[in-house]
Amino acid sequence: MGMTITEKILAQHAGKTSVSPGDNVWVDVDVLMTHDVCGPGTIGIFKKQFGQNAKVWDREKVVIIPDHYIFTADPHANRNIDIIREFAKEQNLPYYYDVGTENYKGVCHVALAEEGHNRPGEVLFGTDSHTCTSGAFGMFSTGIGNTDAAFILGTGKLWVKIPETMRFEWTGTFAPYIMAKDILLHVIGDIGCDGATYRTMEWAGDAVYQFSMEERMTLCNMAIEAGGKNAVIEADNTTFEYLKGRTDKKGTVHHSDADAKYCFNKTYKADELEPVVAQPHSPDNRALARECKNVKLDRSYIGSCTGGKITDFIAAAEILNGEKVKIDTYIVPATVDVEKALQTETIDGKSLAQIFEDAGARIGEPSCAACLGGPKDTFGRTHGTEVVISTTNRNFPGRMGSKQSAVYLASPYTAAASALTGYVTDPREFIPARV
Amino acid sequence: MKKKIQGRAFVLGNNIDTDQIIPAEHLVYSLSDPEESKNYGKFALSGVPVEDSGLPKGNIPFVKDGQYQSEFKIIIGGSNFGCGSSREHAPACMEIAGVQAVVAESYARIFYRNSIDGGFFIPLEAKQKLTDEIQTGDELTIDLENYTLTNETQNKTYSLNSLGDVIEIIEAGNIFEYAKKAGLSPS
Repeated sequence: MGMTITEKILAQHAGKTSVSPGDNVWVDVDVLMTHDVCGPGTIGIFKKQFGQNAKVWDREKVVIIPDHYIFTADPHANRNIDIIREFAKEQNLPYYYDVGTENYKGVCHVALAEEGHNRPGEVLFGTDSHTCTSGAFGMFSTGIGNTDAAFILGTGKLWVKIPETMRFEWTGTFAPYIMAKDILLHVIGDIGCDGATYRTMEWAGDAVYQFSMEERMTLCNMAIEAGGKNAVIEADNTTFEYLKGRTDKKGTVHHSDADAKYCFNKTYKADELEPVVAQPHSPDNRALARECKNVKLDRSYIGSCTGGKITDFIAAAEILNGEKVKIDTYIVPATVDVEKALQTETIDGKSLAQIFEDAGARIGEPSCAACLGGPKDTFGRTHGTEVVISTTNRNFPGRMGSKQSAVYLASPYTAAASALTGYVTDPREFIPARV
Repeated sequence: MKKKIQGRAFVLGNNIDTDQIIPAEHLVYSLSDPEESKNYGKFALSGVPVEDSGLPKGNIPFVKDGQYQSEFKIIIGGSNFGCGSSREHAPACMEIAGVQAVVAESYARIFYRNSIDGGFFIPLEAKQKLTDEIQTGDELTIDLENYTLTNETQNKTYSLNSLGDVIEIIEAGNIFEYAKKAGLSPS
């Protein structure tokens, strides 16, 4: 029996020639990532279990990226940054991206890619559910809790149940107004927000391979909103072009065998997809953007690991160029690199930052910001009954701060088009003239 | 591992995500300082919309104002319980508030795994939808030898799914103790 990409990676890291879904195996870990919200708890458990003077299993394989609560006056949040900073110093960790220094990056899932920590064929665990984003590089990556992370810090290993794989093949070509976010929201609407629980979401098809790495990352990012354990896209030339200059490690390319077993295998026609939103209060509450044109909005939010990468802002700027927003519009670059690109990327001779400022949008500093609400003083956080259209990943009650607010999830094109009208808007109303 | 768990029920619906279990603004307290970590008990399940908090009637706070522990020891949930983020603060806050077991139709993967590997409480799966059967405040008994849930208030008994292979981790206490027993001894 053939194996899928995920099965091959996990078998290799378990020292086995083959594995089957349902097997429990111990795997060797290539990278453990943590951040300011879960790092302190992980460190506490590590010290309790392995001793106050314990050393991590491999300092080259631990990556700590503070990104959640960075620009806040909250004393507990700032204390947590001190804890991870102290730990990085004590353990002499080479990959700690400290706040307030030139090393600061921002949102961990985008920073992992930018800094070359995502490599084909490797196993990466992170204390964040959106760690599945890294699967875009043909690797196994998934989110874990503090206890599992502390176990890895001490041993370099973790037990994993081999997941079944669901295959989503997209053939043809996506229309220019369609983004990876639309595809995700469409598929989650199909299978529900527990449709991939305990499973791998494998993306395939010529339409998927036409995507840039950033769009592939978006495609893998929201596997967790379908309950998925991981997502994966086979590495190809686009992957290796992106990796150039970011890492010296070559990685291993795995292909799913022709006779690999899938528990779900569906082919979609890329040309038929229309812009999609997820209505409050669940990522699987799907509707077409044009069906929600009477929904009045208070705010548009463009940011996060899902929708705050440079391709996301180029898309938003194509729509906002030369126009004025009608509602509060927040722009939050995921990382410092994205923030710099807002100055260097141009449309019609104007930088993206200039386009956003001219349109009346507010630009924040790189971090997770209001994607998950956060401390009361977080940029873009909801505090009342705001109705928000957002390029983020979750819209369960209270996700962006206030339990009374309501969030529509959408692509950067749709969020930008909606900013111009104050209603949920199909981006095709603005795109023909500009794309 | 206890053979019986007894306590009053707190009933919730489907897709109770980690932001409802512990809103992100509270993820700043220490989990290792016993005094500071009490705050997690105080805010456990505080993100659930009031109308859905304590079904069927709703409007029941899981933890009363000014308190750190709940009067409810058993959570009854619907499908996809614990979906959302990987924050271990979610099962931790429930344990700190006094939860001993959750009985849900199904779980999100990371929450289920965290509950077991961290040894916070026992996540059990019901064989049928219980959120329409059990009312918040009902007295329940869970029998872990026979995998049954008895509603003492309504005098009804339901069967539960067996814990399967994770029972070894639950019996050991957490993943560290399990690894020692399994021969993969953390140094």
